[in-house]
Amino acid sequence: MISEASNDIAAVEDALRRAAARGRSSAGADAARRAAAQASTRLGQHIADEGLADVSYASADSPFGRLLLAATRRGLVRVAFPEEDEDAMLESLAQRVSPRIVEASSAMEPIRRELDEYFSGRRREFALPLDWRLVGPFGRRVLGVTAEIPYGGVMSYAEVAADAGSPRAHRAAGNALGANPMPIVIPCHRVVRSGGAIGNYGGGPERKRWLLELEGAIAPQR
Amino acid sequence: MAVSAASAIATRPAGAPARGGPPPFQRFLDAHRDAVWRLLISIVGPAEAEDCFQETFIAALRSYPRLRHDSNLRAWVLTIAHRKALDAHRARARRALPVADVAAVDGRRESSPDPRDEQLWQAVHELPPRQRSVVLLRFLADLPHGEIAAAIGCSEQAARRSLHEGLTKLRKVVPA
Repeated sequence: MISEASNDIAAVEDALRRAAARGRSSAGADAARRAAAQASTRLGQHIADEGLADVSYASADSPFGRLLLAATRRGLVRVAFPEEDEDAMLESLAQRVSPRIVEASSAMEPIRRELDEYFSGRRREFALPLDWRLVGPFGRRVLGVTAEIPYGGVMSYAEVAADAGSPRAHRAAGNALGANPMPIVIPCHRVVRSGGAIGNYGGGPERKRWLLELEGAIAPQR
Repeated sequence: MAVSAASAIATRPAGAPARGGPPPFQRFLDAHRDAVWRLLISIVGPAEAEDCFQETFIAALRSYPRLRHDSNLRAWVLTIAHRKALDAHRARARRALPVADVAAVDGRRESSPDPRDEQLWQAVHELPPRQRSVVLLRFLADLPHGEIAAAIGCSEQAARRSLHEGLTKLRKVVPA
């Protein structure tokens, strides 16, 4: 009988749906999720080791909290402070660089080491290669001048604008510094107000002061 | 690898950008790794799931930037996983190694599954390959008939027919 046969089929479908749901919620499913998570971590590592990703990223502990670091094959491309939204950062990298973005802790190890050394006062210059592709032409000139300010030194916004070839554009220079995609490594914290005030900082003025004190550019506040 | 036409439809995945390309690959991996793992375990068993998992996502990574933001990424990656699993399955058949035992079928190595489920999955596993694929893609991976057809490379009608044949055979292990 046709109706009996289709009832049977419906019973099989129900049984399969129930079994699949049980499979997803049982203790064994947790084990499967853990196995999938581990396989996915190994995959990220493999992709980074083989150079298959266009962007690798990882977090790094710092005195400011958890920084996010991203690098392309050319070099470091982004440093994000803890307040920045991770999804927004990845989304922006996907749009502006490539969606082939993979989390890979080991690929970020050299960058992490240099940052550790810097934060503990053992490093005065970063040697790691940089990828400037997130920076426009004017920003490139401004941040290029900024990158030349030595450890322990400071420049004013007006001086940076002048050295970048646009002496009247110190406000625009301030904006370019605020848009620095690699703070700390490109030392925009070394650009201060002409009167000696510390000025703004993307990561907050307290962090700017902390960095300048670390570098000995200003006396510790008492 | 070509992006199948059938996978470029359906809804935009959560977190995808409003325009342009697909979401960051890591987010895509995070979102679909469990479903891919379950499907692979059910077809090739735990011993080969890892290799198939890596091959699946590396193949996906290769063509990833060419995807549209509104592609059905889940169906797309499950299709790739299914193909990789069948490749592994065929390679193993050539080597004449034993088929994965039923305890491996659903990745439930650390728990004893409901006895009814065990018998059912065993019966699914013993179906002819296409019927087994269709049943797993329908009930384990939750794919609609059109996506199943794209995944196994047949017409939607043929996929429905295989599914019906498979379900008919499974009646013997399901109490009416």
